Amino acid sequence: MPADTLPPLGFALARKIVDIRWSLVVMLTIIAGVGVMMLYSAADASLRPWAVRHAIRFAVTLGLALAIAVIDLRLWMRFAYGLYGGALALLIAVEVAGSIGMGARRWIDLGFMQLQPSELMKIAVVLALARMFHGMSITALGRPWRLILPVALVLVPAMLVLRQPDLGTTLMMLIGAAAVMFAAGVRMWMFVAVAAAGLAALPIGWQFMHGYQKNRVLTFLDPERDPLGAGYHILQSKIALGSGGLHGKGFLQGTQSHLNFLPEKQTDFIFTMFAEEFGLIGAMGLLALYALVIATCLAIALRCRSQFGRLLATGLSVTFFLYLFINMAMVMGLLPVVGVPLPLVSYGGSATLSLMIGFGLILSVHVHRDLPIGRFSAGGVE
Amino acid sequence: MSPTARELNREETRRRLFTRRALLLAAGQGSLFALLAGRLYVLQAVDAERYRTLAEDNRINLKLLAPPRGRILDRHGRPLAVNRRQYRVVVVAEQTADVGETLAALAHLVPIDNTQARRVLKDVRSQRAFQPVTVRDGLSWDDVARVEVSALTLPGIAIEDSLSREYVDDPSVSHVLGYVAAVSPDDPADDPLLRLPGFRIGKNGVEKVYDRVLRGTGGRSEVEVNALGRVIRELDRRDGQPGSDLRLSIDLDLQRLAFERLGEESGAAVLLDVHSGNVLALVSAPAFDPNGFVRGMSAATWKDLVKSEKSPLTNKALAGQYAPGSTFKPAVALAALAKGVMTPDEGVFCNGVTELGNSRFHCWKRGGHGWMNMQGAIAQSCDTYFYEAAKRTGIDDVSAMAHRLGLGEPTGIDLPGERTGVMPTRAWKRAALKSAWHPGETLIAGIGQGYCLSTPLQLAVMTARIANGTVAVAPRIALDEDLRAHAGTGPTGPFEALSIDPAHLRVVREGMDAVVNGNRGTARSSAIHTPGWEMAGKTGTSQVRRISRAERLTGVRRNEDLPWAERDHALFVGYAPAAAPRFAVAVIVEHGGGGSKAAAPIARDILIAAQEAAARDQVPPADDGIEALKGTPSATGAGDAG
Repeated sequence: MPADTLPPLGFALARKIVDIRWSLVVMLTIIAGVGVMMLYSAADASLRPWAVRHAIRFAVTLGLALAIAVIDLRLWMRFAYGLYGGALALLIAVEVAGSIGMGARRWIDLGFMQLQPSELMKIAVVLALARMFHGMSITALGRPWRLILPVALVLVPAMLVLRQPDLGTTLMMLIGAAAVMFAAGVRMWMFVAVAAAGLAALPIGWQFMHGYQKNRVLTFLDPERDPLGAGYHILQSKIALGSGGLHGKGFLQGTQSHLNFLPEKQTDFIFTMFAEEFGLIGAMGLLALYALVIATCLAIALRCRSQFGRLLATGLSVTFFLYLFINMAMVMGLLPVVGVPLPLVSYGGSATLSLMIGFGLILSVHVHRDLPIGRFSAGGVE
Repeated sequence: MSPTARELNREETRRRLFTRRALLLAAGQGSLFALLAGRLYVLQAVDAERYRTLAEDNRINLKLLAPPRGRILDRHGRPLAVNRRQYRVVVVAEQTADVGETLAALAHLVPIDNTQARRVLKDVRSQRAFQPVTVRDGLSWDDVARVEVSALTLPGIAIEDSLSREYVDDPSVSHVLGYVAAVSPDDPADDPLLRLPGFRIGKNGVEKVYDRVLRGTGGRSEVEVNALGRVIRELDRRDGQPGSDLRLSIDLDLQRLAFERLGEESGAAVLLDVHSGNVLALVSAPAFDPNGFVRGMSAATWKDLVKSEKSPLTNKALAGQYAPGSTFKPAVALAALAKGVMTPDEGVFCNGVTELGNSRFHCWKRGGHGWMNMQGAIAQSCDTYFYEAAKRTGIDDVSAMAHRLGLGEPTGIDLPGERTGVMPTRAWKRAALKSAWHPGETLIAGIGQGYCLSTPLQLAVMTARIANGTVAVAPRIALDEDLRAHAGTGPTGPFEALSIDPAHLRVVREGMDAVVNGNRGTARSSAIHTPGWEMAGKTGTSQVRRISRAERLTGVRRNEDLPWAERDHALFVGYAPAAAPRFAVAVIVEHGGGGSKAAAPIARDILIAAQEAAARDQVPPADDGIEALKGTPSATGAGDAG
């Protein structure tokens, strides 16, 4: 398509629907199907309380994602800052409510589900950054002061989430944002400088960590330190994984999970349960499926004509990757225990919602891949 | 606005930069995916076996099932030790609405005091809710019935049972039986059963020696448990092997009689079958109640047992060492005959005193016995004769004969705690006391005093061997040879030949016959007058004060005046029937005075009862000896067995 040809004002809805990357939708559905299956097993062969609700949530959020996919990408660009502002407001609201209420509260009760603003924030940060860097030239990227605003855009919600305290989400937010900046072309030396500064600041950060967070790190470094205490979960998770062997113990046959040696098997440790019951073959299959999703997202990003779309798809797919990587690495004892669910498989509404919004946006990038958006455009439909 | 060429160029540069960076990101993610895959491979393929084992360890609990302990029976199959079912009431917290209220309701049925209730509540808190907590142990049948009837109104309350050892209510067998008690840390922990809480093992008597036989082997129940330890289901169950019943050679009636005859005295009696070595009775008085060791006893009872000067916990029949006194004289006579330094008819003149160097050795009969031959010297227990016999024979040969008769060495009986006794030799004294042998000590040994020490069991064995005349009978208390072999204790296989000239034995037996049945015999007042049941034997009175071997070895001679403790020990060894011996007996009454008065009547009554029992049972005499004779083709001395 020639660059000077204006895109038709509004693709026909039907064309857009046909143009959706259905292969991605199928892969996501399969992953969610694995989730339903494992939640059925986690409840000892019962659809209640998790499996059915998970299926319904996925169906609803998939519908939402498809709706997002057909909405013009420029609209999302225009609303990027607005959505960011909304998410920030919710985050502050939770913070205020949390300081008033008792203890750490991370969610807003929507009645049918509990919404964690921090989950939405992961999407909103990527959206806002994608828009910001869309309008920045390579020359501008080389000027450090031009980066003050985007960095602040990330740090403000990151600090709020860290206060909750939610180290996992904070890290995901920071790394997701860094990925967008990296893809946008921020100079390498800046990343090196920040990484060096971060390493130098580690001992100081240690001082500010909560006792249980320190404990998790210590336990991670030496899980046998306290096999019946803090290290118990990781040890049991590794036993469950390892005992699954090549072929697994069979669906509903995982002894570690069904005899409750495995903690939180419906949420953070669901991969362990899956790997115990379906073995190395099943686990590798699921891993491959996730890799295929990531690769598809990358292909979508590379194929997109607009920098906004490219950065958006990249940032969101990296966020998705972080979910699954942190979760799997944690249950395999490669990372300390941080409360990060396995995307689309673990039971949990907020994560599913934000993940599916993210995929909706990625699908939208795909649908609108040939839509050129000017560098100085505010995202309005010209 | 139409993009300019420059703008397009810039856009293209930016796109290329993005592509590079995106591919770098992809490479990063790809390597992290590879890390995950590698880790999965290590966990699930390389180390899978290790984790599988750990998972099974997690999942499967092995529960040991204690086998019922074998019973102990007397020779007629009368139970001496059995297992009694014992009941306890337990509460399972998770099945109750409120443990406190449930206990209060239960207290109406069985008495529960506040201390118990507090302990139960504490235990309930410290244990998982599904684990039963014992409320009261040792329930009576009435208690059990009351609780069972109200079971429906008392959810969470249950009756559990277990087996506990119970001994026949007869103190006479307590030393033989021993007792079971909780496993102590120094017991060998080679059997997982020993780690079972509440498991009891034999600590003394045949309970100890035959513990392995009686114990059986544990069964195991493999159960699947969840992370909380709750049993989900039983996967596999292998019932163990119940312990074997152990039949003893003991005759409860004879045992009881011997014990009753000892009465309040401190003493011991052993009755042997002279052919088989079967121990028909082995008592030590006073005794104790072995049930106290199973159920627990008060501190006062325990103190009494330990502190009593009659040492009721010691089995004096095989752990009490006494100077054999005159009961040793037949052995000295056999030694002299064997060495050929005396003939049976040779006369020794007794004027009441023998001089050796500067020392004078007195005969018990002031004024002396006059001319004595061997038979008369045994019958009248002439000391002078045996001073002479010992002097001529020499201590080493006296000792050798004593050993041949079973003295000075363990009899090898299948009971614990047997002492060796002492039959001195020159070499023994040099080694033990680091001093040379004095000739005078040989004379003293000739009348069973001095360094000589023997146990009542050894004396019974000596008597049985003299009476048997053919084989070196050894005592045993378990009837089944296989069980003895299994427990690695007691005599197995045929007895060794005695290797003593039958003619010499006949002389000695005639002398022992005359002790009881002769006109001037020292025990003629204890003769058995039933024809064919006559007793032969030898009295003994050991003048020594209670001086232990250790004291002798260190040369300490205490002279405290303890009225009871300074009296003589009364001894008697005997066998019956005199003409064709079947039973041998040894009796000692500590500080009982003279052997003829205090010990011989007891021995007589035991031998009468033994022969009555044999007649009543219509058991042919050889029956007990079947094993011994079967395995001993050389046992040609059927004249004695007949």
